[in-house]
Amino acid sequence: MSQTCDVLIIGGGVVGCMVARFLSQYDQKIILIEKEADVGMGASSANSAIIHAGHDPLPGTLKAAMNTRANPMWDTVAAELSVPFERRGSYVVASRPEQMARLEELLQRARQNGVPGAVILTGDELRTREPALSPEACGALFTPCAGLIDTLLISLAAAENALQNGVQILLETAFEDFLFEGRRIVGVRTNRGEIRCRWVVNAAGLFSDEVMHKAGVRPDFRITPRRGEYCILDQAETSIHNVLFPVPSEVSKGILVLASLHGNTLVGPDSQLVAEKDNEDITPQGMEEIWNGAAQLVPSLNPRHVIATFAGLRATGNASTPGLDYHHDFIIEIPAEVQGLVNLGGIESPGLTAAPAIAERVIELLRDAGEKLTPRKDWNPIRTPRPRFRELSRAEQAALIAKDPRYGRVICRCELVTEGEIVAELHGPIPARTYDAIKRRTWLGTGRCLGSFDMPRVVQIMAQELGVSPIEITKRGVGSNFLTRPTKAVEE
Amino acid sequence: MIKDRYDVVIIGSGPGGLAAAITARQNGAQDVLIIERDLEPGGILLQCIHNGFGVEIFKQDLPGPSYAQRFINEAKSVGVDWLMDTMVLDVTPDRRILAMGKHSGMVEVQAKAVVMAMGCRERTRAQIRLPGARPAGVYTAGTAQRWVNVEGYMPGKQFVILGSGDIGMIMARRLTFEGAKVERVLEIMPYLTGLTRNYVQCLLDNDIPLQLRHTVKRIIGRKRVEAIESVMVDERWQPIPGTEEIIPCDTLLLSVGLIPENELSRKAGVNLDPITGGPFVDDGFQTNVPGIFSAGNVVHVYDLVDWVTEAGRTAGKRAALYAQGKLPPDNKRVQLKAAENVRYVVPHTMNSVSLTEGDVRLQMRVRQPIEEPVWVEVRSGDKLVARKGEPYARPGEMVTMTLTAKHYEDVQHANELTVAVIKR
Repeated sequence: MSQTCDVLIIGGGVVGCMVARFLSQYDQKIILIEKEADVGMGASSANSAIIHAGHDPLPGTLKAAMNTRANPMWDTVAAELSVPFERRGSYVVASRPEQMARLEELLQRARQNGVPGAVILTGDELRTREPALSPEACGALFTPCAGLIDTLLISLAAAENALQNGVQILLETAFEDFLFEGRRIVGVRTNRGEIRCRWVVNAAGLFSDEVMHKAGVRPDFRITPRRGEYCILDQAETSIHNVLFPVPSEVSKGILVLASLHGNTLVGPDSQLVAEKDNEDITPQGMEEIWNGAAQLVPSLNPRHVIATFAGLRATGNASTPGLDYHHDFIIEIPAEVQGLVNLGGIESPGLTAAPAIAERVIELLRDAGEKLTPRKDWNPIRTPRPRFRELSRAEQAALIAKDPRYGRVICRCELVTEGEIVAELHGPIPARTYDAIKRRTWLGTGRCLGSFDMPRVVQIMAQELGVSPIEITKRGVGSNFLTRPTKAVEE
Repeated sequence: MIKDRYDVVIIGSGPGGLAAAITARQNGAQDVLIIERDLEPGGILLQCIHNGFGVEIFKQDLPGPSYAQRFINEAKSVGVDWLMDTMVLDVTPDRRILAMGKHSGMVEVQAKAVVMAMGCRERTRAQIRLPGARPAGVYTAGTAQRWVNVEGYMPGKQFVILGSGDIGMIMARRLTFEGAKVERVLEIMPYLTGLTRNYVQCLLDNDIPLQLRHTVKRIIGRKRVEAIESVMVDERWQPIPGTEEIIPCDTLLLSVGLIPENELSRKAGVNLDPITGGPFVDDGFQTNVPGIFSAGNVVHVYDLVDWVTEAGRTAGKRAALYAQGKLPPDNKRVQLKAAENVRYVVPHTMNSVSLTEGDVRLQMRVRQPIEEPVWVEVRSGDKLVARKGEPYARPGEMVTMTLTAKHYEDVQHANELTVAVIKR
């Protein structure tokens, strides 16, 4: 493989995919490389799914600027990309009277950051909106502009729209090193060969430090993964209606309880430093901590109703903010040491929220560096979604089945995902090639049986549609096969 | 051709549903419909190719599919309508049923009576909040069973099984027969949770070690399971430091309990017992919603399929009578309450008049094992109503107590009956 392009993006998380999507407006040849078997496999999918209002980051930080700039963009972005999004607002709940002062501070911070509509509510006002809330709760900062997004879908949706507009997406393609001519980056070497380019965007998330070090940039910058564990509760068993934060600590926004777009209750995350960048383990300590935290907000939550657990890794960096005593800011820059690199680093929370603003910022940086970005006349910002059976009216469902009977066969009974949807994803613009890829696209296997019913059926459908043996089908890419051999086959 | 209206609609064609359909026809229901989401009738029995089915009912030791086939044949001979490959989406309290399928499309039918026979599902790793990584190779025992017995594929080479439930032990044997290595079965409780006969026939006969008071501390492996870390637990199920052991394996099977599947029951307004996970039922398996009955593992998890069939028969008969308006009026409803060492008893209520028509079977699970002779006692206040002896009582094996016509007077005069299982 030897290809050339104008801009090469390293990393298919939500930031890389948004950069690809926004940059595809211009007359540039763009390639996005992703080392995994699908886009959106890391922290972009494993998080609280919140579009943050912006009262949390310290004023003056890039985090604050990007959060505030991105938040109002989401109505348009989500609508164009056909990704479920709702502005439900969020509550920072004070559980003790002495925390009320902290709410005032957060209100001030919200105003400084330019967050519209923030108000402080009394405990009684709060409980009428959320009856399950602890009787200890004495007040809350309410910010109406916070929202919830389908976090499993957002990276894919952005990547699909980018693809539609000419961006090439190369999966299972891992960055290995830069190609230099003097101080100028002229391409990258990957596990699949070299790609020549004029610009590289480092959107490697957890690995952004390693990528920039290969370019000789910011040798002191380090990503320290901070793991957050979560539980999801059965929607039939609990009824929370809002996004509830505790009063935040210095390092994190704390353990929250929220009603997801999906109707489930989500509890988490804790915050633990881990040594490995792939350590997404669930731990007894983590589970205990999130339950203790959640119980302070909503005492009636019952661990018996947990239907799923997961963990995500925050890409916490150590970049300082000029003029402030803050050392975990985003990096969004064109570094002086080399030519041809747009360097993004330390994009942890609120990274999902900030992603569209980061993408716009990348475009500004390229313009500042002298790139003539000419808008394409044929750019189409609209992604055409595939039908989601459970979201349709009965009449629409009946019409869909009449057109394609495969939509009549339920494969995931908890989340009501049909054979037709699975087949459509296998042949989608960025075809799902793994079980987890189908899961992110359809929410299949995320319900109370956690896929134990659908898994053999999905493997069978995948094998049939892809024309391979079921033994070839994987959960999340190379080495994660479900099955080992046919029965009755003789083992050596 | 599917009609718009049925006397009795059965949801699910496992052993409970099949028995209910047959009995409903035999008791005067003219139009009976079975709706099944899978391609063929028989439910989970189709993947249970081991023997052990039918000992109570047929006095024969049959494999699951053979047991199912007898009832499928009988249902065909008594004449019922079938809607296969069709999933019920909704049941209303007034018994309108919405279903859909690849070949049936959207179907709506009105039933005079409904029997819910959806069975149960397996508890997952999330429900026991199993720590560690989330790679491929962690499956419920039933999922593995489907792969091996129905689809013909092995889900791994080297197994650890968590939980001494029956499916786990049966899979331990099955996988061994297929040439896989089953390293051991871990059970967090200090006793077996499945049937003793399965321990003997599946584990002992195949030299598969069982470790009681042990659980999985951590799953290791990013892409595929590489090992699990086991640990011993104390009386309060807390890990005992220093007892950890790394067991290399590529697959962890979970056999950690079954949960009655009642999402449809909820939609229909049926009240559920938080202990069983199934509906509150009377002795004819009618729920709180008139005309909606419930049979089999959807009510509570049975140990033997024969009892599921019996429950299906009772529910099918009562559903048929309800549909014809012939159900005897409530004479007097007596509450049945679990007392000493009984976790729950089904049914939750009974009508003494039922005893004039036939026996009423009380079925229960004990809390703690008693490895010596026990009494199973039914009392009305201080008065002993019925008692029987059993050689032992174990949580993995259901205890059955049958009330007959001779208990009518006592039940008729009782407000509440308590059931206990105590040392003799």
